[in-house]
Amino acid sequence: MSPIRPVARRAAAAIAALLALASVAGCASSSDAPYTITDTWVKSADSGMTAAFGLLTNTTDDPVTIVSATSPVASKVELHEVVMGDGGAMVMQPKPGGFEIGPHETLTLEPGGFHIMLMGVKQPIVAGDDVEITLTMDDGSTLTFHAIAKDFAGANENYTGGVAASPSPSAAA
Amino acid sequence: MTERSQGAEERDDAPSGPSRRGFLYGGVAVGLGAAAGAAAGRAGLIPGGLPDRPDTAGVNGASTVAFFGPHQSGIETPPPAFVAYLCFDLRDDADRAALGRMMRLLSDDARRLMAGEAALADLEPELAARPANLVVTFGFGRELVRRADPGAVPAWLGPLPSFGIDRLDERWTGGDFLVAIGGDDAMTIAHAARLILRDADRFATLRWRQDGFRRSYGTDPSGQTMRNLFGQVDGTVNPVPGTQDFANLVWATEPGWLVGGTSMVLRRIRMDLDGWDKVDRAGRENTIGRRLSDGAPITGGRETDAPDFDAVDALGFPVISSDAHIRRAHGASPAERFVRRPYTYDETPPAGELSDVGLLFATFQADVERQYVPVQRRLAEADLLNVWTVPVGSAVFAIPPGCTDGGFVGETLLG
Repeated sequence: MSPIRPVARRAAAAIAALLALASVAGCASSSDAPYTITDTWVKSADSGMTAAFGLLTNTTDDPVTIVSATSPVASKVELHEVVMGDGGAMVMQPKPGGFEIGPHETLTLEPGGFHIMLMGVKQPIVAGDDVEITLTMDDGSTLTFHAIAKDFAGANENYTGGVAASPSPSAAA
Repeated sequence: MTERSQGAEERDDAPSGPSRRGFLYGGVAVGLGAAAGAAAGRAGLIPGGLPDRPDTAGVNGASTVAFFGPHQSGIETPPPAFVAYLCFDLRDDADRAALGRMMRLLSDDARRLMAGEAALADLEPELAARPANLVVTFGFGRELVRRADPGAVPAWLGPLPSFGIDRLDERWTGGDFLVAIGGDDAMTIAHAARLILRDADRFATLRWRQDGFRRSYGTDPSGQTMRNLFGQVDGTVNPVPGTQDFANLVWATEPGWLVGGTSMVLRRIRMDLDGWDKVDRAGRENTIGRRLSDGAPITGGRETDAPDFDAVDALGFPVISSDAHIRRAHGASPAERFVRRPYTYDETPPAGELSDVGLLFATFQADVERQYVPVQRRLAEADLLNVWTVPVGSAVFAIPPGCTDGGFVGETLLG
């Protein structure tokens, strides 16, 4: 767990958004779907909690809210944000109301920011695994995608429940 | 990155070597007038009389090499300025399924980084934004292929026959899995190597790393044959990329999973600069059979002209010595040829010595036994150059074919 400076976070988000635009521009099928997600990955974990990330785009003319998520590999999936905790350290917690995305906007899900929290991982998620996740929007539509698992030393923000996210085995060694 | 720079198009489409150079310079010379071009050449200016304007706009930083295609890039691709060869030993638990996961991960990293995009989970995306012709090429050692499918191991995939001149050091020899990372920018390569090492760590441990270089981007005209630290023009006799000859010599037609792939031999050849210092210029040219000034055969002509191996001097002795390097390296048949892709290394020498330099001598050929081994055997038997060069490292890899969008390198074996 390490404090994250807001300025650095904004810069990282801006860069990620630029990359998202380039990525989406290069994907021919993305314009057909109302909601798309690219650059998806999930932090590997033997058990417990881990998180998934990517670039989520609303291609419609109306705002949309992601209200829930599910995955066959986790007993529970939450939509999280990272905020400043009482002690001054960054903590993560469920985002009230879900993730809102404005018309033609992209939401960056990244370590230290918004992310999809997988809880109660049923079996080890190892590097290179393909993890399926389904998002449900407030209009009732769903978006199912696959995320590749990567060993990753970061994304260790404390959960408000006080339980740290499971570090990847390589980081723990 | 949806745009391609001019430099990228050159890399992707144009062959290197004599024909490409002839085209580029020839075109310029015609445009400016042949006389002006010739005058500029004599004056030692940039060939063709191009304005001597340095590239300070970062043009080459945006240059990219294609990742997808029937063949992996980095073989037919013009050699960039730098290379880092990372060679791994597989972890004991890296079975066939794990190797498939590893290649999916690493292919995704390579695809993104070569396009100038951050890899997934890349915390330094700014470093990925200047690909500078980054090119990542994967190679499989015997053990990797055996774990995937014991019946799929080509006969040539394993240690070369031992040669009398070899003084191989385990430190630079063998290995299960190779990642060759080339590019025109050492910073970009370092970032790519870090991400590859991070993602490979679960499956394999680093056995050795060898870093090499050539002239930097912009120093020589594109396509110029490199020089080694003996001062020799090195790698003149290469099949021309984009030709049927190149395809016939390089791309494998068996076994099935390797069709469109090739083989790579990487030899680390130490060069004795202290000993070379004792040899005068005539002796140096005689050793190779080429002029030092321009790489032309000592029987005359230009660099790319064929040596006249039958030429004799006034006393009846061969002009090109019977043991000259180019005579011994000359294939006994047209099939005994391959692609040479040498890079120079220059490392910290042992205490009391002045230098530890040499070549990372990579070759590509459809079949190691049929094409490479006969030539290497002749060189080991007799080659004047052996006095000053010693092979100290050796490794052989199968280079799987390329892949299409949605696929991964190695899928024909691991998919």
